[in-house]
Amino acid sequence: MGRYILKRLLQMIPVVLGVTILVFTILYFIPGDPVRLLLGAEPTPAQVEAKREAMGLNEPYLVRLGKYVEGIVLHFDFGKSWIYNTPVTSELLQRFPRTLTIAVICMLMQILIGTPLGIIAAVNRNKWGDRLSMFIAMFGISMPNFWIALMLVLLFSVKLGWLPPFGIGGLKYYILPCIANAFPGIATQARQTRSSMLEVIRSDYITTARAKGMSEFRILMKHALPNALLPIITVVGNGMGMLLAGTVVIEMIFGIPGIGWYLVGGIGNRDINVVQSSVIFLAIAFTMIMLLVDLAYAFIDPRVKAQFAGQKRRHHHAHA
Amino acid sequence: MLTLNSITMEDQPVKPRRKSQFVIVARRLSQNSSAVIGFVVALLLALMAIFAPIIAPYPYQKQDLTHSRAAPSAQHIMGTDELGRDIFSRIVWGSRFSLSVGILAVLLGTAVGMVFGALAGYFGRVVDDIIMRFMDILQSIPGILLAITISVVLGPGLFNTLLALSFGGIPMACRLLRASILGIRHQEYLEAATSINASTTRIILKHVIPNTFSPLLVSSTMSIGNVIMMGAMLSFIGLGVQPPTPEWGSMISGGRGLIRTCPWMVTFPGLFIMLTVLALNLFGDGLRDALDPKLKK
Amino acid sequence: MMPNKSENFLSVKDLVVEYTAEGQVIHAVNGVSFTLERGKTFGLVGETGAGKTSTAKAIMRILPDPPAKIKHGEIFLDGEDLLKISENEMRKIRGFKVSMIFQDPMTALNPIMKVGEQIAEVIRLHNKISQREANEQAMKMLEKVGIPRDRFNEYPHQFSGGMKQRVVIAIALACSPELLLADEPTTALDVTIQAQVLEMINKLKVDFNTSMIMISHNLGVVAEVCDDIGVIYAGEIIELGSKEAIFDHPTHPYTLGLFKAVPHIDDEEDRLNPIAGLPPDPSNLPKGCYFSPRCPLVTDRCREGKIELKEIAPGHFCRCIVKIGEG
Repeated sequence: MGRYILKRLLQMIPVVLGVTILVFTILYFIPGDPVRLLLGAEPTPAQVEAKREAMGLNEPYLVRLGKYVEGIVLHFDFGKSWIYNTPVTSELLQRFPRTLTIAVICMLMQILIGTPLGIIAAVNRNKWGDRLSMFIAMFGISMPNFWIALMLVLLFSVKLGWLPPFGIGGLKYYILPCIANAFPGIATQARQTRSSMLEVIRSDYITTARAKGMSEFRILMKHALPNALLPIITVVGNGMGMLLAGTVVIEMIFGIPGIGWYLVGGIGNRDINVVQSSVIFLAIAFTMIMLLVDLAYAFIDPRVKAQFAGQKRRHHHAHA
Repeated sequence: MLTLNSITMEDQPVKPRRKSQFVIVARRLSQNSSAVIGFVVALLLALMAIFAPIIAPYPYQKQDLTHSRAAPSAQHIMGTDELGRDIFSRIVWGSRFSLSVGILAVLLGTAVGMVFGALAGYFGRVVDDIIMRFMDILQSIPGILLAITISVVLGPGLFNTLLALSFGGIPMACRLLRASILGIRHQEYLEAATSINASTTRIILKHVIPNTFSPLLVSSTMSIGNVIMMGAMLSFIGLGVQPPTPEWGSMISGGRGLIRTCPWMVTFPGLFIMLTVLALNLFGDGLRDALDPKLKK
Repeated sequence: MMPNKSENFLSVKDLVVEYTAEGQVIHAVNGVSFTLERGKTFGLVGETGAGKTSTAKAIMRILPDPPAKIKHGEIFLDGEDLLKISENEMRKIRGFKVSMIFQDPMTALNPIMKVGEQIAEVIRLHNKISQREANEQAMKMLEKVGIPRDRFNEYPHQFSGGMKQRVVIAIALACSPELLLADEPTTALDVTIQAQVLEMINKLKVDFNTSMIMISHNLGVVAEVCDDIGVIYAGEIIELGSKEAIFDHPTHPYTLGLFKAVPHIDDEEDRLNPIAGLPPDPSNLPKGCYFSPRCPLVTDRCREGKIELKEIAPGHFCRCIVKIGEG
């Protein structure tokens, strides 16, 4: 098992490198000259040139790329903000916990609310419980999260005044952002769980379980659910990526000082280093989460575990 | 071993294969009420986009500062924004941008993805490896972040946004096509090695593309809704399509500051985004069910 | 073996099963009746789609309930009508008094559960014993089916098809059921394994004195293990009798067609003799005799009205008016 973890970690490295290079390269081609913005009104060509030298912008592509990558890989240093000249890394590290908190809470909501909804829908297939929850779920995945956020603010802050629409400070500040961000995820989770359950319920081993004389509930809990949840793990992992990305707008709306807000600010300022570093940071976080998902899979599914744990197999059959 | 099955069933006459497959799918679709609703709504929205100049009561950039920030009324059924522009008209015109960006971005991404997939599947080995690694990297960046990154470089604007959003669809189409080709390839290796070049291209056109057709169609239809939402998100944060062009996302962004006093500015555009995505998703769901009877209720 | 004797261990009377799908009604089982004495084996022979599996699943009441419904009939097991008891009571019988071996071993086991646990599960369901004891008994069952007991902790994917089927058999026999329904237990297996598995089923049957219904489309299998045979076509039993009666005096044109189609090793055959045509569409059954469209002896009378099952010799029944001389 340890060997598998190591193997996956090693596989992750070229991907992370690739992401860094890709993002850096794309942003390398940004038109216009951000240096002019920095120097305020009417800088002289000499000043512009000097600034460019100082920021290392005149060096060739590969050198700049190399220095950037080296900084990240060896020192975990994303360089400095172009506009404010402050270290980006410390900002990222300071802001990440807030972004992560929202993402994790949303993930928990997704799992704890979405999964039971999906199960109930699958078990009550085509009856009103199923139709109603799937109907609502349809709406859920069709609403942009920033719109939900604003609607919630409209209802709970403006009209009812129950919850604060802005800032951080206590638990209640996180309520609206989390609900808004989680809503589409809960809907997706419910839909995916339902469809996974429906497939599993039709399996032959469920008939075998019935033939043993098991009650429907026990069959659901012991046979159907564990098998249905396996493919859902991937959905959860992907959803995490969406959540991380979704916090970009959510933080902006609710004024939460996380990475998303930092990124949007960087875009507005044309602060390229902030933009690329934030994106890469989030992408790395996403990659690590997918790694955890893969490991979870290997841990839980005996078929996958056998392949990587070096367990002695007598016969290998593709699972039905 | 001789069994009853082998001795009682005569050979079936060979039926022509893809006869009226389209009709079968269409019939199944028509029986699915939510898919039909989705299709009709999507069609209505498309018509709204096409006939925008006729449907919209006012030109979308026409300002009327005396009636700015007006609540919905008979004159302005969805109210006006801070510059007195009629919101309903702007929504109607905005549908052109949202829909065209969505559809074209998905088409572009799928086409490019298919090309990559074909190359990867056809040439195999090193080419395949490189392309697949590239797809892995692309997929490691959450969709909206990728779109943001490219948008920052390209800048705002309809065409640029379209381009930025198309990248997200490349990996999926690439993998689907590559998988189909690989499936066929293994069979072809058994045939004589001569003239494999000529026949493989034909095989790709005659067998691979039709095979990939249904999963591609379903995933593309569902993606359009997602891409429209991402486009709105881009406009919301200042990239994408910017005012005065009436894109739904930028309308919401513009109305955000006035949410306390003019909630209609934020509500209606978002409602239309939801409607569009909902319609496409309903249709996409129905399409998936109709194309794969095993998954049907 | 008469269809209405009440001392029989199992007595199926007039069973009707329908499937409703996409608005169409599929008549899977159309009035099947047969009986079974204790310790004997009844062979239900027919081609795919004839209604054999539906009959077996109806006996256990594990038909998939949205599409399938038992419309009519009585199934007396040891004097009790299984179709009239509550679901709770039926659960006590499933796996304990009546159990089933399924056709496809590859999908019959839960892929993420240890095989030993799957056997122990059925033991614990019907016996108030501890987990350890159940595990111990499960290991004993594994040995009985020829699997080393230390493979208890392995998963289905680590077993071959034949071994998986043995596990399924172990599960079915773990509680020493009085009635075993074997639904084509060897069809999905390699030819070389088939004989082994059949032999094992037979031996266990003798050891436990289990009554058995063997479903098959393979006449060879049926000849080996069955005492009585029912030939089923389009959801109806068209011929019923002891093995000797059916094999020595096949009467119904369908049965005759089956036997004629099987080539004999001594004969010189240039071509096989299949039965012409195809089985009928179960959503659109023909009027009169269901076999009439393909029958070489068909008369006009065959297409009118229902054909009844009539006794042609003691214990031998046939559903054909031409053969019984009424045509």
